[in-house]
Amino acid sequence: MKRREVNIVLFVSIVLWCWQCTYSVDLRFEELSGGINFTSYNFSKDAFGGQAKNLSRNESRLFQAGNVLFRENWVAAPASVESLDGLGPVFNARSCGSCHFKDGRGAPPDEPNGTRFGLLWRLNIVGENPGETPKPHPVYGSQIQDHALPRVKPDAQVEIQYDTLYGQYTDGTPYVLYQPHYHLTELAYGEIDEEYKLSPRIAPQVAGLGLLENIPEADILANEDVDDRDGDGISGKANYVWNVLEEKKTLGRFGWKANQPTVLQQTAGAFNGDMGLTSSLFPEDEFTPYQEAQSVALPEGGSPEVSDRQLDRITLYIKALAVPAKRNTDQPEYIQGRSLFYELSCESCHTASFTTGSDDEITALNDQKIYCYTDLLLHDMGEGLADNSPDFEANGREWRTPPLWGIGLIKTVNKHTRLLHDGRARNTEQAILWHGGEAKTSKDKFTKLTAEQRKALIFFVESL
Amino acid sequence: MKVPTMKIPILKVVIVICSVGTISLLPSCSGSNEVTENDFAAAAENYANIVVASYQDSYDETVKLKEQIDAFVANPTVKEFEACKEQWLKARIPYGQTEAYRFYGGPIDDEDGPEGLINAWPMDENYIDYVQGDSTAGLINNPEEYPDITKALLEELNESFSEESIFTGYHAIEFLLWGQDFYEDQAGQRPYTDYVVDGTASYPERRGQYLKLTADLLLDHLDAVKQEWEEGGAYRVSFLALPKDDVITKIFTALGEFSKGELSGERMFVAVDSRDQENEHSCFADNTISDIVNNFVGIVNVYQGEYKKVDGSTVSGVSYASLVERINPEKAQTVDTAISETRAAIAAIPDPFDQAILHNEEEILDAVSALEDLSDAFADASLELKK
Repeated sequence: MKRREVNIVLFVSIVLWCWQCTYSVDLRFEELSGGINFTSYNFSKDAFGGQAKNLSRNESRLFQAGNVLFRENWVAAPASVESLDGLGPVFNARSCGSCHFKDGRGAPPDEPNGTRFGLLWRLNIVGENPGETPKPHPVYGSQIQDHALPRVKPDAQVEIQYDTLYGQYTDGTPYVLYQPHYHLTELAYGEIDEEYKLSPRIAPQVAGLGLLENIPEADILANEDVDDRDGDGISGKANYVWNVLEEKKTLGRFGWKANQPTVLQQTAGAFNGDMGLTSSLFPEDEFTPYQEAQSVALPEGGSPEVSDRQLDRITLYIKALAVPAKRNTDQPEYIQGRSLFYELSCESCHTASFTTGSDDEITALNDQKIYCYTDLLLHDMGEGLADNSPDFEANGREWRTPPLWGIGLIKTVNKHTRLLHDGRARNTEQAILWHGGEAKTSKDKFTKLTAEQRKALIFFVESL
Repeated sequence: MKVPTMKIPILKVVIVICSVGTISLLPSCSGSNEVTENDFAAAAENYANIVVASYQDSYDETVKLKEQIDAFVANPTVKEFEACKEQWLKARIPYGQTEAYRFYGGPIDDEDGPEGLINAWPMDENYIDYVQGDSTAGLINNPEEYPDITKALLEELNESFSEESIFTGYHAIEFLLWGQDFYEDQAGQRPYTDYVVDGTASYPERRGQYLKLTADLLLDHLDAVKQEWEEGGAYRVSFLALPKDDVITKIFTALGEFSKGELSGERMFVAVDSRDQENEHSCFADNTISDIVNNFVGIVNVYQGEYKKVDGSTVSGVSYASLVERINPEKAQTVDTAISETRAAIAAIPDPFDQAILHNEEEILDAVSALEDLSDAFADASLELKK
């Protein structure tokens, strides 16, 4: 080899080596999904249950107390364990952890009448004016509770049937999707009018909610583009929802339609709607006067049934759960998938990163550079995913971008890979293929990729 | 669309980075009291020896429990029944000391680790057998739905309905031996005649079958973990091949998370905070104080590099305590003080724990604080070891 050639080879090698260095340095920082304080390296069945670092001693103790409350079953009143009574009369679950098993995600059953964990149905009126607070059904309330205490009838049962849809990638590889249909059976308190629609909601994994709550509002709103002024086909709209404590509408961040403003209200709402438990935020049961008149008189579990002390502990627990770190960041497949994620504009809605604010009273939550892959905004996701149920500013086709962190560990924690708001997608690939509306262009680009590229993109998403 | 750009550094930067890289690769020299890579390797090896010895003891004591249970089920008398309980309490002593090896994804709690099958709690006992107010509760009393009780069935059902639907492990056996505890001055009072035909409960044979199978299953799970740590075992080999700092991170993460999170938090603070008499670790047998003591002994074993076996002999070698002492005597002193204070604070909690929850909040909270101090001291000490 001539000297000049040697020099060139040497130069190229150094440049390549250094490119690799720069790249891996960059990605190493990205590995901290929850920032310095909120990233956990536990990738076991407890991957979603880790405690954040740098909590105060008192926070750490309350975290443990909240953890226990999160998984403990509530029982009918009166009971020997008074602190945990008041369940129902109608409910979807007895504990937080039965839907969010190990702080993770629920799934629909494989058979039409099979047991499900963490899937429920909201009941919404179609054609309500945008921005209005959803009105509950006069008899059934705002969701279908499919369980009840002894001597009380549950609202109804829901049967799920799937149509199989067939599709094909540009390279000829076929794929299938499953479109669910829901039928109410055993309606215990009379028929439900056509104008009410069922909106299915899966219980998502809960880690990282404290961080999402602490993203400065201005940073979320900066990505809003309601009228698509930049012409990229992607809008992004904030939801403004009723904030019980502030007694006014504020930015919605949580839930599949961003219909809850805070972790506290989301939690109290779940106690109320899903478990039939009252709290200072929601002092009335999800059991309407009509239903009450039809049932035997039942004792209450105190007023409220969930004390503020308990609510604070659970809220702190949820806010202080750490997010699993990314895996595989040094692997070529990850690097390739990551490039594709940007090329296909996935990142336009699944916004990779934010930095949290500086004012949370849990100081460990402050100033964390996080990789959540959500913009917390509403997007039209097309007819295929539409539930036709409006929720405040969200219309019947709009859903909030869900965060993608931890998505690859659902399989480990919850033994399934069901995704989207109703768990219809059996895996990440199907979830991508369901994207429509504003995300249709990205989805179409995905179908044009080679098998190897598709695999890399999925590998990247499942490493988050 | 926002695409993060990656810049190729210019040659000057390349050279600077390369030189810096080279310099940092040179071995660093510390003071005269230098702790060598060999010392760290010996400490890791000693740790693995302690781990395997304590799992071996847990296994052996549980073999005796299994044999005693088989004898009792074959011949259900009060004498055999009491012998089962006695052996359960003995088996808990070494197992309690192994809990300090959790929380880093080792064989006990990696992706398919059996921790949840061996020691899960709290449990909703009504998934297994009758409870006060419901004489037909549980799998045992439900032959229509579960005609055959098998190991595979129990394993599959464990944690399947909720996190508290526990069907296997030490606490399932504990419930089957003691029953529910509603007493101030004693543990659960399940009569042995629950296992006698025409005795005190329905389905005595299914109950006996359940008890035998869950003991057998417990042995399978303990054996699997033990094998991973044995000489030549897959995990032991990979563990000892890890870079020294990774080993320290694992071992000290376990000590920290166990003492602060699990033991002082979930098992002690929460019990006081909820004021619930049965929110304790071994709530049927009232064995919680012994559990706490053995958990603490396990933590100290790891740090001081010494395990006292059930037969009285000792496994020991180079300890992390001695390495911290050589690197930073002041930090070593802080850990030693925290250990003695924790030992004293735990000893001050009166037995049984379920009554202490109600009457000795201050003593329990003192022990909680002491364990938190200990956890912080371990975190500090581990930084010294990584310098």
